[in-house]
Amino acid sequence: MEILVCVKRVPDTSENEIEVGSDGTDIERDDLVYSVNEWDNYAVEEAIQIKDRVGGSVTVVTVGDDESEEVLRREMAMGADNGILLEDDAFEGSDGKGMAAILKGAVEKGNYDLILTGAQADDGAAQVGGMLAAMLDLPYAALVNHIEIQDDKKLKIGREIEGGNQEMNEIELPCVLSIQTGINEPRYVGIRGIRKVASVEIPTYGASDLGVDTGAVGEGAAKVKRLDYFVPEMGDGAEMLEGSTEEKVAKLIELLKAKGGMK
Amino acid sequence: MKAILALIIVAAGAGAFVYVLARRVAPLFRAAQGPQIDRVGERLFGLYHFPHHRMPRPGYADVGYSHISIILSLIVLSIHVLMVIYAGFTGLKLPGLDTTIGAGYAAISDIALTVLLAVCIFLAIRRGYMRPARYEIPEKYGKDKSRPWAVFLIGFLGAIALLDMLFLGSSAAAARAAGETYRFIPPLTGTWFASIIMGGFSGPAAASASTLFYFLLLIAIFVYINLIPFDRMFHTITGPATVFLKKLDKGSVKPVQWGVDDDKVADLESFGVKNFEDFTWKHILDFYSCADCGRCSEHCPANAAGRPLSPRFISLKGRDYAFSHYPMRGPFIKGEPLIGGIYEEDEIWSCTTCGACEEECPVTIEYIDKIIDLRRGMVDEGMVPQSLQKPLNALGKRGNPWGKMEKKRAEWTKDLPEGVEIKDLSGGDTTETLYFVDSITSYDDRMVELARATAAILSASGTDAGILGKNEKDSANEVRRFGEEMLFMDIREHNTAMIQDSGAKSIVTADPHALNALKKDYKDIPPTEHISEFVVRALKDKTVSFNPLDDTEKDKVYTFHDPCYLGRHNEIYDAPREVMDAIPGLKRVDMTRSRDRSFCCGGGGLMLFYEPEEDQRMGVLRVEMAKEAGADVIVTGCPFCLVNMEDAIKVAGLEGQMEAIDLSELIARQIKKQALAVQ
Repeated sequence: MEILVCVKRVPDTSENEIEVGSDGTDIERDDLVYSVNEWDNYAVEEAIQIKDRVGGSVTVVTVGDDESEEVLRREMAMGADNGILLEDDAFEGSDGKGMAAILKGAVEKGNYDLILTGAQADDGAAQVGGMLAAMLDLPYAALVNHIEIQDDKKLKIGREIEGGNQEMNEIELPCVLSIQTGINEPRYVGIRGIRKVASVEIPTYGASDLGVDTGAVGEGAAKVKRLDYFVPEMGDGAEMLEGSTEEKVAKLIELLKAKGGMK
Repeated sequence: MKAILALIIVAAGAGAFVYVLARRVAPLFRAAQGPQIDRVGERLFGLYHFPHHRMPRPGYADVGYSHISIILSLIVLSIHVLMVIYAGFTGLKLPGLDTTIGAGYAAISDIALTVLLAVCIFLAIRRGYMRPARYEIPEKYGKDKSRPWAVFLIGFLGAIALLDMLFLGSSAAAARAAGETYRFIPPLTGTWFASIIMGGFSGPAAASASTLFYFLLLIAIFVYINLIPFDRMFHTITGPATVFLKKLDKGSVKPVQWGVDDDKVADLESFGVKNFEDFTWKHILDFYSCADCGRCSEHCPANAAGRPLSPRFISLKGRDYAFSHYPMRGPFIKGEPLIGGIYEEDEIWSCTTCGACEEECPVTIEYIDKIIDLRRGMVDEGMVPQSLQKPLNALGKRGNPWGKMEKKRAEWTKDLPEGVEIKDLSGGDTTETLYFVDSITSYDDRMVELARATAAILSASGTDAGILGKNEKDSANEVRRFGEEMLFMDIREHNTAMIQDSGAKSIVTADPHALNALKKDYKDIPPTEHISEFVVRALKDKTVSFNPLDDTEKDKVYTFHDPCYLGRHNEIYDAPREVMDAIPGLKRVDMTRSRDRSFCCGGGGLMLFYEPEEDQRMGVLRVEMAKEAGADVIVTGCPFCLVNMEDAIKVAGLEGQMEAIDLSELIARQIKKQALAVQ
């Protein structure tokens, strides 16, 4: 099975202290460390496990710049066979739809049976997977947490739905799936693994290579624009507990007891 | 006729033995390279030193001295056995008995045989009826089939001694009946009794009995040596080799591959142990040498806490793998990967590398290096628990397992006590003494107190001291011991350069994990000492002294918990105790399990992040031991121990009754401040 996984390089939330920048349209990006978007990492692991079961290949693709290459290499160290970097000045400032349009170009350059994306990335929009499927006119399922290969035409997939319930579906190939975390346990990628793929050639495609209309992507074409970026003001009823962890816990227990949430 | 029979027995027995050994040795030749045999003098001394120090450790005196007796008697009897074999070709007459030396040696052999028989009888009874608990087999490994076999083999050895006595006794009786003088037989030895009993028979009958016993003895000897390599009894052959080849530098880790320099490591095709043959030949020899005595597991804190690790079975499963995949007949069998085969992932991650097993092993089997090699293999295959992936990634990106910002590493210095100063060298300053803080002491809300205390001690002693600040990364002691060698090497390279740039002549740390890494894993850096050693020196130089304990503290009983990486791995047992004893009014007791028998708190470094399957926390067991010793205050010398002890006191419900404090905090609390005024 030929599988394409769309990945993104994002600031690592567990290893950064995220602060909103002074102009209020973005976070402070000095001193940030980046990694592959967590959901995407699960998607790549799933793709590799499928490949190990039924054969084929796994390709990882990202839209970005030279620095984005590091996440492609990381995922290749994990076991993806190929990496593709989509880079063009015209891509900068794209909204979700723009991103989907760029990725569509990459999908059409190959011959993929299955396209995976993470359910969402750092911006929490969770839109690219769905739009990509629509543009490709392929079936789509979101928040997939289980994949079984039925045959070369069909998959059986599980989705997590409201209230922790589980839904099982059959979906026809080729299709696009957005992957939920917890679908598997992604393997560890050590420094050694990354060094081993350090010199593997990663092709870079621009708008013209992909046959993407530069008028349909980038900042100019973006129909969704970020206006403001801020930490919400504390509303009534919200209380931030202060002090050491133990003090916070003690206060929380006190509050829960006072409000009858704990006896 | 007798000579032909002897020849047949000797040839068949020796031939079979050579064949059996050759099959047993085969996996060693397919194994990874082992250590170079260097420092021969030290190794020979170890061959003398370890047996009589390790075997009769407290609690094992009976079996320990039994083994020493057997070894000594077998050393004495080694020439005698050769003489017995030789006698098969000279009319069953032992050579040299007519000389003074020969007769004297024969008399000593009589005593040795008697000792051997007595000890074998004792050990057979002990193994068969007294059954120490540590020999029990956990349910998951099935029924204990080893006991009857163990009793049989030890009984067999005793039977050989007995046959020898009977042979010698009947020979003596036959000689005396023929009017010949026989050599002196020490009274009350087995041979002596046998000679008296056989003396009751006629001369020809005694002579026939002598022949019969001789051939039974000869057959028994060769059957026995051929049975040895099929069982734990193999330790009698391979044990001395394992002791001789023991790793001499405690606390160090074997290279990824022996004979491959650090700068070539990256080019290796595979890392660590994945298949059986990836073990070094020395480690396979270790498997053969396991006597299945169970002492390692009896002292293993992971085993005590109910984690799925019992070091004994690391060896036994390895040995059984070798036996089943390198059978006596037919082709060698290619096996499955070890993880998921004979070992489980959680089993290998459960080890805190505390070293209790290795300290206890009477044949000095190495466990930590095997565990690390297996982890290297798992890391290489991506088999790392999710709980450890995040801290490993963070260590790669930020130099600490929490992923905290580098620039906040020295933030604890903002809140130093009055008059305490420590330089932050990240601005390019240099220093005489470098304080290596390490990650947990730099960042953890509670443990920064240790950093401040250490800075206060250095300051009070008038030492020119500095820290690397944001340029310091984790010492990576556990990065290496959790199998991520390449990440360790990156971090080591960074820290080494930073330490060299600091101009420091010496390094001090309050974290034994940092101490161990800097001493054992780093090269080309100044000497490192633990804060306790630093203070012992300062006390001798009279640059520091202590105030007496407050009245409220004087009633309390203090105990020192030896951190694994301070004690067992670096053999610093006395310095912390000397420091404590120098505090006027401090009452100190030792726990039963202290010094080299200290019980791990639960593990430091990355072990803090690992979520083990366990019945209870090691720390809780340890706090209970402190309580049993009558202590009110547990003094540790390691931030990880302090984390685990403080947690364990809460879990054990001993809050208010038991407290934990780090040695550096205790020193900073009691140190006299005049030194500061002098400056």
